[in-house]
Amino acid sequence: MAALTDLTIAEAGAGLASGEFTARELTDAYLSAMEGARDLNAYIAETPEQARSMADASDARRAKGAAAGPLDGIPLAIKDLFCTEGVLSSAGSHILEGFAPPYESTVTQQLWDAGAVMLGKVNMDEFAMGSANVTSHYGPTLNPWKAASGDAAGRDLVPGGSSGGSASAVAARIAAGATGTDTGGSIRQPGAFCGIVGMKPTYGRCSRWGIIAFASSLDQAGPLTHTVQDAALMLGAMAGFDPKDSTSVDLPVPDYTAAMTGDIRGLRVGVPAEYRMDGTPAEIETLWQTGIDRLRDAGAEIVDISLPHTKYALPAYYIVAPAEASSNLARYDGVRYGLRVEGENLIDTYERTRAEGFGDEVQRRVMIGTYVLSAGYYDAYYLKAQRVRTRIADDFRAAWDSCDVILTPTTPSAAFAIGEKMDDPIAMYLNDIFTVPASMAGLPAISVPAGLSGDGLPLGLHLIAPAFGEETLFRAAGVLEDADGFDARP
Amino acid sequence: MSDATDTSQDAVPGHLAGHITSRVGHNSGDLIEGETGPWEVIIGLEVHAQVVSESKLFSGASTEFGGEPNSHVSLVDAAMPGMLPVLNIEAVRQAVRTGLGLEAAINLRSVFDRKNYFYPDLPQGYQISQFSDPIVGEGRVTVDLEDRESFEVGIVRIHLEQDAGKSVHDRLPDRTYIDLNRSGVALMEIVSKPDIRSGAEAAAYLAKLRSILRYLGTCDGNMQEGSMRADVNVSVRRPGDKLGTRCEIKNVNSIRFVRQAVDYEARRQIEILEEGGAIDQETRLFDADRGETRSMRSKEEAHDYRYFPDPDLLPVELDQAFVDEIKASLPELPDAKAARFAAEFGLGEYDAGLLVAERETAEFYEAVVDADGAGRDPKTAANWITGDFFRRLNADDLEIADSPVSAEQLGGLIDLIADGTISGKIAKDVFDEMFDNGKDAGDIVEQKGLKQISDSGEIAAIVDQIIADNPDQADEYRSGNTKVAGWFTGQVMKATQGKANPQMVNQLLQEKLGG
Repeated sequence: MAALTDLTIAEAGAGLASGEFTARELTDAYLSAMEGARDLNAYIAETPEQARSMADASDARRAKGAAAGPLDGIPLAIKDLFCTEGVLSSAGSHILEGFAPPYESTVTQQLWDAGAVMLGKVNMDEFAMGSANVTSHYGPTLNPWKAASGDAAGRDLVPGGSSGGSASAVAARIAAGATGTDTGGSIRQPGAFCGIVGMKPTYGRCSRWGIIAFASSLDQAGPLTHTVQDAALMLGAMAGFDPKDSTSVDLPVPDYTAAMTGDIRGLRVGVPAEYRMDGTPAEIETLWQTGIDRLRDAGAEIVDISLPHTKYALPAYYIVAPAEASSNLARYDGVRYGLRVEGENLIDTYERTRAEGFGDEVQRRVMIGTYVLSAGYYDAYYLKAQRVRTRIADDFRAAWDSCDVILTPTTPSAAFAIGEKMDDPIAMYLNDIFTVPASMAGLPAISVPAGLSGDGLPLGLHLIAPAFGEETLFRAAGVLEDADGFDARP
Repeated sequence: MSDATDTSQDAVPGHLAGHITSRVGHNSGDLIEGETGPWEVIIGLEVHAQVVSESKLFSGASTEFGGEPNSHVSLVDAAMPGMLPVLNIEAVRQAVRTGLGLEAAINLRSVFDRKNYFYPDLPQGYQISQFSDPIVGEGRVTVDLEDRESFEVGIVRIHLEQDAGKSVHDRLPDRTYIDLNRSGVALMEIVSKPDIRSGAEAAAYLAKLRSILRYLGTCDGNMQEGSMRADVNVSVRRPGDKLGTRCEIKNVNSIRFVRQAVDYEARRQIEILEEGGAIDQETRLFDADRGETRSMRSKEEAHDYRYFPDPDLLPVELDQAFVDEIKASLPELPDAKAARFAAEFGLGEYDAGLLVAERETAEFYEAVVDADGAGRDPKTAANWITGDFFRRLNADDLEIADSPVSAEQLGGLIDLIADGTISGKIAKDVFDEMFDNGKDAGDIVEQKGLKQISDSGEIAAIVDQIIADNPDQADEYRSGNTKVAGWFTGQVMKATQGKANPQMVNQLLQEKLGG
């Protein structure tokens, strides 16, 4: 028998159901693996006592024949952006250091209601702002993968971000699955960098209540897992209407795993011309072509499509997201909770608290956001960016006339070494070039591990579906995953 | 003082701030005569009215006044991480109701925006308000003045917004405490056009607006508790000139203070202009103790609020049926009621206005007139209410709801006068006793033997006696000085402790003295 931590969620669920092992045994296996992998800095708060007691409760339910479903007894890592009752919830920021809220986010509560076990809180870029998990107050998280050759060989690599701790923990098998949040690619890009599945549902599919806000009109929770099926299982528990979030959508949550029929014959797969960008490495182009071929071989119809406003997505994103962030982060003022650095007077206290509490990248985005909303600049920046956003959404709407899903690369490169792109925010922002358009349009998208780079690092392919087209997305992703046959390990 | 309702810079979008007055001409009585000629005062009000609703605009916390500090605070009101606002539909209903009551256009689509600024009693770091797409558009209020024709004040817009919390500076010298009970309470900001021309008009407008809101049940109008407060924009100009530079007086919290603040501010501006100076556009405070306005901050110090649509909230989309349903449930408002009182009861404009100003008074009046189909004389009822009844309520500092004399009881008193049981003069004493101990008029008359003497034989005997006792006065009368009849009446009343029927006394005196 393989190690318990090698199992997928679906496999572990079957083992628990058949009585092959208990939830407590499974949890203990993860807790001990976590101890051995602390150098990754994936967890910033381990909750072993809570994990064991949740596992014991799961075993007790199962003994009574009252197991809650496929996630009952499954140990998960939770991104530090989710508020978890009585447990550190700091968004990776000094300003919320030690903050343990008296409430539980809707998404995590639904996971616990489904029987899942919390292993702890995982690292992330501060307030989810970053693509390399290097902006956390708790230091960088490492990618468990190492480059076999090339510039990055022998160096510690980034796991991607902002859900870097989530991706690293799953890839290193110190969590069966993890929650993440995706604002411009924060689930999908680290998923690709760490060789796992990362899925962002439609905006409004999961409640944002209790998730520390970065950019409210873009933030969306989603799963990071080993397999597409695991992602479907997790999303089934995470999704749903929440009256406490006015932007959550009141639609029934389908059985996503049931949608994974393995049959994509006749499915129209769009390939957008504008994603063929100058400077994209050849191996990324090749991987993309391989993905196209595999889907065609599985019976899909490949359609050339155009998303003309693609190139404006990234610049518009870096106006809209900082604008919302500048306002969302105004509540961290040292008055009610979190860090307070006393100053000479009120203004001085605000300034010292926020200067010390926020890292450079957060300060940079707060300043950008403040600037683009200022009197005299609002029309030229924020309003124009919102118009671009409408155009991007229109592009996708038009594309759905001729295709059912869209296939692109997830990232323009494999994981890079820690320390790279640190002095060049634009280079860092370009990590999200393929993931941001779907975020701007609020569409569901998934990154599936598809192969290795020349240096032996994982690369992902990215599928996008129409709003609330998660079933189609999982169906196509499942077929792509099978065809890719990705079984490499860090 | 809270900054959350700060509107100095642009709570009203720029294109509306200099809104052209819709008022034609001016009342020459309102011009202020300066050293160098007449000046016209131009006034517009932004009234913040707390919405009557059980819970706050975006949270389920209670809106009750006077709780222990920080006892009505939800996680949302305290802006805890990850908390989200959810719109209270009752507040929307109340805003629509208010709009309909002010004959205003209802915007079926409106948007909540964030108004960003830092202040300790503003936990989110922004106030959720409505900037470019308010829920209510243009409307109007007809304002009545005691001694002249009514005039109309245009309403520019009404929008919904959150109140801020309260900073408490006076507990300890070096500490400020924050009470978030008010944080997130729903306010309506009702913005008038600059159609007001004097302190008296501003006060009358605010009083009328308050009356309408109280009729509608959308704001309790309690200015002491801060449920209603006004930002007053004042500028002066030569009659016919273009608008002058305005100053905004913040958070004036009584109708009387609005009048004082405008009068002071207009004089101040005129003095500066007449001395060749210029008005600085600024935000000012009204110091009620000194009766003057003081500079709070200049235009240069104004905030840049960085308004943008709140991404946590969807635009508010109403359907016409929702609006129509509210419209169908509107009560009769003061203007309509006053017109009906005038037509139905033959009341003068002034009396009708007094009776309808408060919904409770109007209801009390109608109950007095019509209780049990009594069909009492409407003018007598009006006189009693606006006279002795108001006098006693004021003297005892009571609201009409707390009156010890019910409408039925007052009606009973009026009945006793009408059927001749007691005289009008005795009735005033009976009323005071009713007010003091809550008894019915009939019981008091019975117990105290106050019943009017209407037996002509009994009165005739007394009259005879008094004439006999006072032959000199009787002669005087007979020699042509009929004025002395009044003295005889007084004597008869004195002899009967005021109980003699005055008409009968007069008639008998005439007969017997003349005979």
